[in-house]
Amino acid sequence: MLDVDKIRKDFPILKRKINGKPLVYFDNAATSQKPQSVINAITHYYEYYNANIHRGVHTLSEEATEAYESSRSKVRNFIGAKETKEIIFTRNATEAINLVAYSWARQHVLPGDEIVLSPAEHHSNFVPWQILAQERGAKLVFLDLDAEGIVDLNSAAKIIGPKTKLLTITQMSNVLGTIMPVAQLAEMAHKQGAIVLVDGAQSLPHLPVDMQKLGADFFAFSFHKMLGPTGVGVLWGKASTLESMPPFLSGGDMISSVWRDKVTFNSLPWRFEAGTPNIADVIGSGAAITYLQALGMENVHKYEQELTEYALAKLSQIDNLAVYGTHDVNKRGGLISFNMAGIHPHDLGQILSESGICIRVGHHCCQPLMRDLNVSGTARASFYVYNTKEEIDSMVEALKEAQKVLGHVACK
Amino acid sequence: MSLANDLYRETILDHYHNPRNQGQLENPTVEVEGVNPLCGDELTLYLDIDNDKVNNVAIKGKGCSINTASASMMSEAIKGESIEEAHKIINLFKEMMLSKEDMAAMPDDLEELEALRGVRNYPVRIKCALLPWNTLLEGINGIKSGNIAHGKTIKPHTVTTE
Repeated sequence: MLDVDKIRKDFPILKRKINGKPLVYFDNAATSQKPQSVINAITHYYEYYNANIHRGVHTLSEEATEAYESSRSKVRNFIGAKETKEIIFTRNATEAINLVAYSWARQHVLPGDEIVLSPAEHHSNFVPWQILAQERGAKLVFLDLDAEGIVDLNSAAKIIGPKTKLLTITQMSNVLGTIMPVAQLAEMAHKQGAIVLVDGAQSLPHLPVDMQKLGADFFAFSFHKMLGPTGVGVLWGKASTLESMPPFLSGGDMISSVWRDKVTFNSLPWRFEAGTPNIADVIGSGAAITYLQALGMENVHKYEQELTEYALAKLSQIDNLAVYGTHDVNKRGGLISFNMAGIHPHDLGQILSESGICIRVGHHCCQPLMRDLNVSGTARASFYVYNTKEEIDSMVEALKEAQKVLGHVACK
Repeated sequence: MSLANDLYRETILDHYHNPRNQGQLENPTVEVEGVNPLCGDELTLYLDIDNDKVNNVAIKGKGCSINTASASMMSEAIKGESIEEAHKIINLFKEMMLSKEDMAAMPDDLEELEALRGVRNYPVRIKCALLPWNTLLEGINGIKSGNIAHGKTIKPHTVTTE
């Protein structure tokens, strides 16, 4: 089990007061807070061994290169990848997905091909495919969600077929919190000869995920949602698939040799890391992995299930409040989207902010799903290892207050 | 809750719960859509304009309390006014919301708009209050420049806080 009091002491920002009240940070699905060890890893690099990597022969460059590459090894170990060369550092999950869209998909997706995805994809795993499909004359085909907000496997078996070239799906919805049956879907896609991309931006920070069991060919995620700094994402790909792909961005560091009239490219993973990378934040990301591994991802997941169960029970006691997605904590993660009748999510967010409570309101970069749900937006509370049941109680009180200030329109 | 005094004062809540001039016009001179992509506020503004006068106005939309109240107050402020006068009101309102210095009080006939002054203290909400006004501005500018045929829809307008 997690020692939450001890964990909270590791996060300096949690000492902050907002409007005289303790900060309650429930916007972890947007970005998480950072422990002191991550902040220290970044400042230590800048204060002690700041240098460019891979090229210099001096001490600082050697130290920086070693720290940067050791983060890659930590990622490999954390996600259960076979080889470090399968780990490509990008700016964020969005760039990782675009790497696949520009490098792999523009080689393989042909007119008439189908790209299968769920209606709950974040814009980052939707818009690149919409653009590609329009450019290539390919077709976007949507899976169905069941009443719990989980991809329906029966209908998926009919939708995934011989024309499917790519299945791309989030492992955990950033709106509904639902965990998608990725392994089963990947098996269906692979039977049809398709490639599978999994968006792990919401899942990897909160669940144990193992590349050898997931069934994906590509996996994308971002460190700032998992205690790390902004500006670092990862694309994991099977080495054999990555080897076959042309470069995405080109320039320094991704080359082997350059002549006036030709160029040969570097080997994996550096072929896909053009230019000076975000060295400090990659090193900080390594510290985030160390922190999470010390907690244990099983423990993280169990604790968040406990918080989620508690929050769902409390929220269900509020009149005129609707929660989206399943209530079964075995099928969902620790993020809860909801609406209160007659109150716009924006107003809810504002009133909670007065009490020092940070939640996200709006469409969560999922406008197609918002249209399906027939709402303009939702309020979303998302939890992490430093959150407590007492904080959930504070939110519930503030929601009742909001209802008093704004809610009587619901009774008209 | 301090917010209730500031942002959710009585006038705003009254217009939020009972927005004026809701609905749509059968044959509007112009129909303009406004969208605020960040928060999902959406509205369609219908204007019936004849002889440079706003004869009728209707608003259909989904938005937060600030957005809904602002649109409702705007519709009352401009109904029956000349285009020139509507321009003046828009400018006064935008100045109140955006100028660095605290502007003098609104004239008596626009006193109700004062209720939205408190929104200035919540920078992310200013655009909620401005969306209806920028949408209106696009509508009447379109008519003035003669670009818009009778009853034509103007494409969704993305509001900015300029």
